[in-house]
Amino acid sequence: MFYREAGDFKTSYRDDSQTFPIRFDRYRYYAVLVVALAVVPFFIDSYWANALLVPFLIYAIAAIGLNILTGYCGQVSLGTGGFMAVGAYACYKLMTAFPDVNIVLHIIAAGGITAAVGVLFGLPSLRIKGFYLAVATLAAQFFLVWLFNKVPWFYNYSASGQISAPERTVFGIAVTGPNTEAWAKYLVCLLFVVVLAWVARNLTRGSIGRSWMAIRDMDIAAEIIGVNPLKAKLTAFAVSSFYIGIAGALFFAVYLGAVEVGEAFGIQKSFLILFMIIIGGLGSIFGSFAGAAFLVLLPVLLKNVLVGTLGWPTDLAAHIELMIVGALIIVFLIAEPHGIAQLWRIAKEKLRLWPFPH
Amino acid sequence: MKLKLASAAIGALLAASPALADLVFPDLSYRTGPFAAGGIPFSDGYQDYFTLVNERDGGIGGVKARVIECETAYNTEKGVECYEATKGEGALIYQPLSTGITYQLIPKVSADKIPLHTMGYGRTSATNGRVFEWVFNYPANYWDAASVAINYLLDENGGSLEGKKIALLYHNSAYGKEPIPTLEALAAKHGYSLSLLPVDSPGQEQKSQWLQIRRERPDVVLMWGWGVMNQVAVQEAANIRFPMENFIGNWWAGAEHDVTPAGMAANGYKSLNMNRIADFPVFEDIRTHVHGKGLAAGDGSNVGKVLYTRGMYAAMLAVEAAKKAQETHGTANITAAMMRDGMEALEMTSEMMEALGAPGIGPEFSVSCEAHGGSGMGIVQQWNAAEGRWIALTDYIAPDQDVIAPLVEQDSMAYASENNLSLRCE
Repeated sequence: MFYREAGDFKTSYRDDSQTFPIRFDRYRYYAVLVVALAVVPFFIDSYWANALLVPFLIYAIAAIGLNILTGYCGQVSLGTGGFMAVGAYACYKLMTAFPDVNIVLHIIAAGGITAAVGVLFGLPSLRIKGFYLAVATLAAQFFLVWLFNKVPWFYNYSASGQISAPERTVFGIAVTGPNTEAWAKYLVCLLFVVVLAWVARNLTRGSIGRSWMAIRDMDIAAEIIGVNPLKAKLTAFAVSSFYIGIAGALFFAVYLGAVEVGEAFGIQKSFLILFMIIIGGLGSIFGSFAGAAFLVLLPVLLKNVLVGTLGWPTDLAAHIELMIVGALIIVFLIAEPHGIAQLWRIAKEKLRLWPFPH
Repeated sequence: MKLKLASAAIGALLAASPALADLVFPDLSYRTGPFAAGGIPFSDGYQDYFTLVNERDGGIGGVKARVIECETAYNTEKGVECYEATKGEGALIYQPLSTGITYQLIPKVSADKIPLHTMGYGRTSATNGRVFEWVFNYPANYWDAASVAINYLLDENGGSLEGKKIALLYHNSAYGKEPIPTLEALAAKHGYSLSLLPVDSPGQEQKSQWLQIRRERPDVVLMWGWGVMNQVAVQEAANIRFPMENFIGNWWAGAEHDVTPAGMAANGYKSLNMNRIADFPVFEDIRTHVHGKGLAAGDGSNVGKVLYTRGMYAAMLAVEAAKKAQETHGTANITAAMMRDGMEALEMTSEMMEALGAPGIGPEFSVSCEAHGGSGMGIVQQWNAAEGRWIALTDYIAPDQDVIAPLVEQDSMAYASENNLSLRCE
């Protein structure tokens, strides 16, 4: 009944190859965009922004970034936290060095710097693969965190080693700093997400994305048919790090406002984002969103239900919450190893035939 | 799924909507994770004291205190979530017991106009009330602690530390890095050499640092540790047979659970403390009015321990500030802004502490518009493993304000100019 292509005629190749070829799906997508852009900002309060939606959107960007590298190009990376730290510190240095430049440009530049660092650490991927590459990127993670702790220039010689975001504005509206309105924070992150997700979707179905997937599926075969592994792998590292750098910059500047590198961008962050894309679905943009939602929103929801509604002690709730999330991860991965994105695909197939499956 | 999540979350939020006309004291605690060993007794003491005030005195000035506990696991992201979830309930004061979360909250509370009290932790330069309107760190801060430790060592060594080697073993985070500027300034003044040994969070891996200590043989090791790091450090010190009386922790590295795992080997380990530990009469009240009625926070096993006492002391200072605010503003239902006025007018005297059933729990101090930091005094205590208790070695030692005051001025002015703040109290 839903998601049916009956009566949905295409008259050009262009129409045929669009992202949402089914009309119902396309309208659903537009509806989500309209609600997110034009309805939510009017109702959002600071709890919803700071505790739920802003972290969800930022983690979604990071997950898309890692998904490009791991899901599309097949290069396992455990350096995500370190690359986010590069984005955050680059953004901080730029914000404090050039206070008059628009913060959006700083965030994009921070992404660019992270891309350069990512390419540098991506060079070993030309020689090593799989688990060994994961260990090499793990080295990047530890090196970068150590670097930002060790060299005081990165945190402007502050006594505590913390970096904190001063107030910066876009069109006269504060988007960083303590006086930021909830809707401004949300909208900035949302616009980055919409643009970056759109770019990622189009990159991955273009020639560059196809070369990534060729490398992922079998690198030797890809090389034989003329895919340049140097170019494919390094562009994947660059684009992925660009996304992760932007996520790191937003995480620091817009979401938290003050971070210390070991706590905010440690190895657990790398694992968290890797889990997001595994649970959400490798090689899927929607999967990145689903995984981010699963690991950001579910714990908060469980906490609110267990402590707020049921009145359990907070420590018991915190432990039970870990168990529930852990159990759900196992259930999801057993039920569908390809993640939530695959479940969604199957659900769409079923809905298409429902209620007459024969 | 997103829709379901959203509606369920709204339901969860609505169900937890507040009963108004209470005095709300959020407790951003951590009972899970690597720092829970310190978080649990502190939170138990904090909550028990508010329960005691409700049960014994019928609240603060007749209005019940309501504690909202929120689990942060010492994690800044969860800390932000907790802050956002509780600030709308009319929170009067935040005490996050985490320097990382404090840095997070300083700009936020300043914008939301809710006082933040970081007792002996947080941003040291917040002691300058001319810059930090909403942040308080009485009775003492990290730079005081560093100076108290050095003054104690000066005393031990006949007034001179010339040529001594002091190592600082610290948690590699904002918390652990705080004392470094003071220790460096004091090194220049007293002529000791300082070596820095960072330990990455949470601090279970310290083999290489202790190897270095064994090689360099410093005269004294100072430690800025917390949570699991303290236990590991004391054990490692015992393993290399480092003389325990030359190993001094700060006041977050001097609780029972930090030394008991090492058993007899921990005997003689010293630490600072900002509050005295004794069998105060107030504990009897807590046992009768709180634990006797089954209202204890946690399992009730922590009464009288170092961090329980400190948590209770934190609550005591909050209650006294609230009373002061009720007095000055002539209303029992105070707001966060009134609470701030109360904190700024707070004066703790021996008589008051005596009347509260905790004589000499802290030093005497008073807070003013300019000075949010209290007296900065601390004591040195030593662990007696045979008896299983901490024994105070000294009376309250005063820090060296000649060194600290210029550092505070410099750091707070840097914050003021970064954030375009105009100075108060002028």
